[in-house]
Amino acid sequence: MSRPARWRNLGWVLFFLLPSAIPLFVFTLVPMVSSLWVSLHRWNLISPMEWVGLSNYSNLLTDPMTRRVFLHTLIYVVGYLPIVYAGGLALALALNQRLKGRAFLRATYFLPVVTSWVVVALVWKWLLNPTNGLVNQVLGAIGLPEPGWWTDPHWALPAVILSSAWKDLGFVMVILLAGLQSIPGDLYEAAKVDGSNAWQRFWRVTLPLLSPSTFFVVVISLINGFQVFDQVYVMTAGGPAGSSQVVVGQIYDLTFRYGRAGEASALSWILFALILVITVVQIRGQRRWVHYA
Amino acid sequence: MRLLKFGAIGVTAALALTACGQGSATKEVAAPEGKSVVRYLNFSSNDGHEKDLTAIVNAFQTANPNITVQVETVPYANYFTKLQTAVAGGTAADAFELNYENFVTYAKNGSLAELKDVDSAAYKKSLYDAFTSDGKQYGVPESFSNVVLFYNKALFKKAGVAGPTAEWTWKDEQAAAAKLTDKGAKVWGDYQPVSYNEFYKVLAQNGGEFLNADRTEATFNSPQGVEAAKFLIDKVGKTMPTEADGAGTPDFDSKLFKSGKLAMWHTGIWMFAGMADAPFDWDVAVEPGNTQKASAMFVNGLVVSAASKNAEAAQKWVTFLASSDETTKTRLATSWELPPVADEAKLAPYLDQPKPANREAVFTALEDTVLPPVIERQQEMQDLVTTELTSAAAGRKPVEKALADAQTKVNGLLKK
Repeated sequence: MSRPARWRNLGWVLFFLLPSAIPLFVFTLVPMVSSLWVSLHRWNLISPMEWVGLSNYSNLLTDPMTRRVFLHTLIYVVGYLPIVYAGGLALALALNQRLKGRAFLRATYFLPVVTSWVVVALVWKWLLNPTNGLVNQVLGAIGLPEPGWWTDPHWALPAVILSSAWKDLGFVMVILLAGLQSIPGDLYEAAKVDGSNAWQRFWRVTLPLLSPSTFFVVVISLINGFQVFDQVYVMTAGGPAGSSQVVVGQIYDLTFRYGRAGEASALSWILFALILVITVVQIRGQRRWVHYA
Repeated sequence: MRLLKFGAIGVTAALALTACGQGSATKEVAAPEGKSVVRYLNFSSNDGHEKDLTAIVNAFQTANPNITVQVETVPYANYFTKLQTAVAGGTAADAFELNYENFVTYAKNGSLAELKDVDSAAYKKSLYDAFTSDGKQYGVPESFSNVVLFYNKALFKKAGVAGPTAEWTWKDEQAAAAKLTDKGAKVWGDYQPVSYNEFYKVLAQNGGEFLNADRTEATFNSPQGVEAAKFLIDKVGKTMPTEADGAGTPDFDSKLFKSGKLAMWHTGIWMFAGMADAPFDWDVAVEPGNTQKASAMFVNGLVVSAASKNAEAAQKWVTFLASSDETTKTRLATSWELPPVADEAKLAPYLDQPKPANREAVFTALEDTVLPPVIERQQEMQDLVTTELTSAAAGRKPVEKALADAQTKVNGLLKK
């Protein structure tokens, strides 16, 4: 055995990696590379592919629909992230106190996270029914205007944002709760001794030391947010009149409704590039605001 | 050496795993010696006619003991997504259903097998010819159906309104609908979806043309088109439920009619069986026209996949399903869609069925029919026309602007 000891177990390492490496290769890497190939062709899924070079990309970049779906996706992310973060943080702070039934409440708030999106979206669609939904009945009873929600182009996206934030609240809560619990108690004691009030302790101790968890939540939520699809597909199917169509919804429609798989693949790669850039910028930028205790 | 051995194990494991992952969408039952299995994908038996299709399959298998037909039924809403993915993935069924609108796309791209030595005399000629492409027969007509006006006799009686006749025009329909609508009781006078399918029909009823003669340009933004679109859209909220009431969602209209809350309903004769047990008396009439009569007609065809290894057996099955006497009998007895047979005498038993009483209207409607306008980018055209009309119906755009925008966009699709 002349090889260094650390290579000796390579065979076993590879063997144990196989169960996750094979699905990753077959169901993620191969389709990704194939879609890059498809994006250079015109293809309706059933006819032979026809080489078109980069024209799918140039067509998409000049198509006003592309700008629209990216704008809608951006509005979704900008609306969704603050709500889900602020809500999740409030819940985490509340459920970090010694409350009666704390474990039960934590589980309850987490329940929507593990519920199927189709179920949640259907329930929200029903709650937000403009004429006889529960939400509008309550709004009407207290004298507030009753929006048209998913039937009104101005309210379709807010309806999706609202239901998404509700569903993901529990996920953000759990991550932040774990973050809160890893903050050492003596820091709070020291801050108290120094005469700080509750607000100062939150602002100067809790938030900075929570920043690694915040960073994780923001990165994951942005990546998921840019790929929003299920809830839009079930609640509005991109309507009314395309007013809530998002990027992944457009990719789906292009492929499976309109037989334009080449353009859909190109759009997927544009989305991939955008998410990659945003994530890299975040990881670079984290040094300035994320504090590891 | 050790590394190599593990590598070998790894490759074997990988092969085993990918083999597991390769199963096709439908598991094919193993064919016994000398027998062949024909996989058949369809949408038209979904939701009510599954048993009737099974009866036809059994009759076929009795007549052809060497062939087993394996049926897979998918709801219409998902059918074309499933079919196109299966064709692309090389797992398409041996035989499948295609509606006339989609036949052209599939025939043009080489995914269908040419049918040879078909007995064309068994079929109504116009329907048979619809499934030719470039002089070759790529399919046989399976069934056809049309749209009539269903009406709830009990509601008409209660409101003291005389039932619709074949002489009715749009004006008569709307006058009756206004009297029948009772928003307090949540009863609507009329329902006709604001969609592409309804629009090309009302356009024809008003003497307009959707496309020019050689299908190179859209022509529906005409005075007739604007009037037709206004007729359709003005009903929304007045005599017809709105989107917020649930209009446009699956099964909305059939549930509304069956619950006795809808007086008039524009829908296809494929709903006869589903409404047979409605707890009130109902009947049908030919749809009212405006300047002329025009009833929507839909044709389904049967095709054999070019990739089928059992093309011969598959052709036997599709021709049996299209034109055998057993099929004709089953279709008529169960009020399914109509069989495309040349011999119209065979259709007579259809009229003997009890409900609805005025079945004659189905045949009267066939005298003036309009087929869906078809272009290569069909689905995109249908979606955008529906979207523009819906925008106008919701009051977001004037009807004139919606039609003009739709026409510009359809012309864009025709150019590419």
